[in-house]
Formats: sequence, structure tokens, C-alpha cells
Amino acid sequence: MDTPSVPAWTWIAVFTRMLAIQGSWNYESLLGNGIGFCLEPALRRLPGGVHGAAFKQAMARESTYFNAHPYLAAVAVGALARAELSGVPAERIERFRTALAGPLGSVGDRLVWAGWLPFSSLVALVAFGLGARPVMVVSTFLVLYNAGHLALRAWGLRVGWKHGLAVAPSLGTPLLRRGPAHVARAASMAAGAALPLAAARVLDAAPSTLALVLAGAALLSVLLIRVHGRVEGYKLALVLIALFALISVVR
Amino acid sequence: MRELLPLSLLGGVIGLDVVCFPQMMYSRPLVAATVAGAFVGDATRGMLVGVVLELIAIATLPFGASRYPEWGSAAVVGGAIAATLPMERAGTVTLGVLTALATAWVGGLTLVRLRHWNAWLARRRRSALDAGARGTVIGLQLAGLTSDFVRAALLTAFAYALLFPLATRASAAWTFSGPVSRSVVMCLATAVAASAAWTIFHSARGSRWYFAGGVLVGLLLLFAR
Repeated sequence: MDTPSVPAWTWIAVFTRMLAIQGSWNYESLLGNGIGFCLEPALRRLPGGVHGAAFKQAMARESTYFNAHPYLAAVAVGALARAELSGVPAERIERFRTALAGPLGSVGDRLVWAGWLPFSSLVALVAFGLGARPVMVVSTFLVLYNAGHLALRAWGLRVGWKHGLAVAPSLGTPLLRRGPAHVARAASMAAGAALPLAAARVLDAAPSTLALVLAGAALLSVLLIRVHGRVEGYKLALVLIALFALISVVR
Repeated sequence: MRELLPLSLLGGVIGLDVVCFPQMMYSRPLVAATVAGAFVGDATRGMLVGVVLELIAIATLPFGASRYPEWGSAAVVGGAIAATLPMERAGTVTLGVLTALATAWVGGLTLVRLRHWNAWLARRRRSALDAGARGTVIGLQLAGLTSDFVRAALLTAFAYALLFPLATRASAAWTFSGPVSRSVVMCLATAVAASAAWTIFHSARGSRWYFAGGVLVGLLLLFAR
């Protein structure tokens, strides 16, 4: 089967739309409508254009339930664009959508939400702790995070388009297989450095105060780890800070 | 309260980034609170609130259908409140963090409502979707994006309008000193971040040693300064 051709401006449209892939995210079709929305510029190249039966059938097929990490959904978008434009039978495309959804969700969650995002935050917190100005702290986070974010989306789209329905082995690439563990180790180190540095700058107090705060935080964190899953950190912080504020105001 | 309308628009734009568009994470509290602080004239105080919130936010991972707090609009509210309160008062950062946490919790509930709303819109257009109507697919996407922007802007407006007067009164009656206030908040935030780091990263081999190494580096840098 010949490789279909798609002009650069169509890829730009697809890539831009991928930034809004979760625009209509909901508990029923999840990312489904977003996939159809992203594929639409490419599907216009089907015989008959936007008024043709092939386009309408493809749009209907691609806008049904789909689940994936929003960045790695680019792999699915690239692969599905190629499959649809190559005239792959509908049953094969539907089987592929079902098979690909799970891995794209779990791999992306581990690599991005539980890896690259906290790592980027912690590196920016190190910069803050070292005395960086607001613009520098914010830029450190945004540049670092989005270098990974945008590269991952672009890689996903490229690899999906290149391999089509045979894209699954690409998900075994070292980046996705071993990447989360490497990022987790780097983030652990950044966390270790960021916590005392950030605390010192926020407190701006004597070393004894800092030592007391860090010791208290260490004890409390052990307690939080023990009750993990039963207490959410931000809710605990909300309740305790509200109590503290109340005492401060009424005493 | 002249800042209410522009802050609401800022909250709308930043809240939209959390899930819908473009997910570049300028909705992270570190960024959003700093920007909101700069917006009302004090980026540094906004950043202090953002740092504390960021430490707490590390513990909440935005996995797909899970329920999580909405940090974007919340950080705008908290950063702006802290930066607007009189600088000489002791509890400004604490109150900024508190108002942001409350807004983040409510914001998480509004995200759930938005997802139900999007599902309802899609259900109503089921037959058009099944027929592959291009306009319906695009329309649903735009409706979702617009709804999210409106949600985040309204959340910011209501939260700021309600919490700013409360924070102003609390700030005037605040009795704890600045160092005590910051110590309590920082102790809690550091504890949440440390436990989150353990929970998220401990499955990676050797991560505890990397963490210990990081602490050592951090302390050495502190002593070196």
C-alpha cells in the first residue's frame, strides 16, 4: 500500500489541534471527540473531501470513545491518520483503537504526570532556593517542562504516522520503557535538594528555625506516608492552615 | 476590587490550561501565582505563595478521570490576594496559601461538573456524531473549551470577591509573627512534598539514595551561601 501524502500545513493544523485534544473531555467518550477533532484536517484528504462518504464514516469512527495520555495520544493520531488515508478496513482500525488506548494511558501517566512534571517543578524550586528572581524561576519551569512536552507530542505524531497500525513496537523504545525510572531518580535527587533550599528562602530565618521546620516536616512526612491513600495531602494542609489562621485571628 | 475583572480573565486563561488547552502547565501554582502576583504589583510575594502551593501540588497527579484540585485558577486567587494585602502584615503568605487551597478544592469539584456537562452536550448530538458530522465534532470541542474558560473565570471571580475581604480582615487581626506563620505553612508544605516524593518515586531502584544525595547537595549549597 502506498504511503499517503499529507502537506506540511495539514500537519501544523493537526499538531495545533492536539494542544486542545482534551477540550471536550468527558466521563463517557473521554478523549474520543478530541481524536476526531485532531484528525479532521488530515481526513479532509479522503476521496470526496469533507462531503464524501469516506470522510463522514472516518469522522464517525474516530470520534468514539478513546482513552490515552493527552501527549501520547499523538501516537494514535499519527497512526490513525495513516490508516484512514491508506484505506485500512474499518474493523482493523477499530481493533487498533481498542488495543492502543490502555498502553498510551499508563505509559504517559508514568512518564509525564509522575515523572517529567514533578521533575521540572522540583528543578524550578531548586532555582528558587538558590535565589533566582521570579522571571528566572518561572522560565526554568516552563522551558524545561515544555521542551519535553512538545518534543513528546512531535515524536508521537511522527512515529505514529511512520508506522501506522504497526506502531506498537515503538512504544517499547528505551525512552518510554526506561525513561520513567531515570526521570524518577533524577526527580528524587531534585526533591532532596529543593526541599531544604526552598524552605530556607521562604523562611528567611535563623538556621535553628530552618532545622526545626525540616525536622518537623520529616516527622510529619513519615506520618503522611503511613496514612497514604487515606488522607490527601492538600486537604490536610487546607484543614491545618485554616485552623492555624483561626487561632491566629481569635486568640 | 478594580482588579477583579482582569484577574478573572487571567484565571480563565490559566484555568483553561489545566486540562483543555494547551496544557503547557503555566497553570502550575509556581507559575500562576507568580504571574498573578506580578499582575497586581508584587511578583515576589506571588512567587512565595506559588512555591508553597507547588510543594503541596506535587502530591496530586492529574491522572485521566481521577478527581484532583484545580490549581490554576486557585493559584491566581491566592497569589493575587497575598500580593494585594498590606506588605507589613505577618499572615499575607499564609492567607494567600489558605485561600488558594480552598479555591483549588472547589475548583476540582467544578472540573467534575464540567466533564458531566461535556458528556451531556455530546449525548444531545449523538446522532450527528454517529453520522460523522464535521461541524458537530468541532462544535463540541469549541463548546468544551469555552465552557472551561467560563468555569475558570467565574471560579476566579467568585473566589476572589468572596475571599479577598475575608483575607483582609483576617490579616488585620493576625496575631502570630511572620516567622511563626511562615514556619507552620512551610513545615506542612515540605512534609506533603516529601511524602509525595516518596510515594511517587520510591519504586525506581535506588531513588532513596538519590533523594539522600539531593538533601546533602541542598544542605551543602545552603552552608556554602
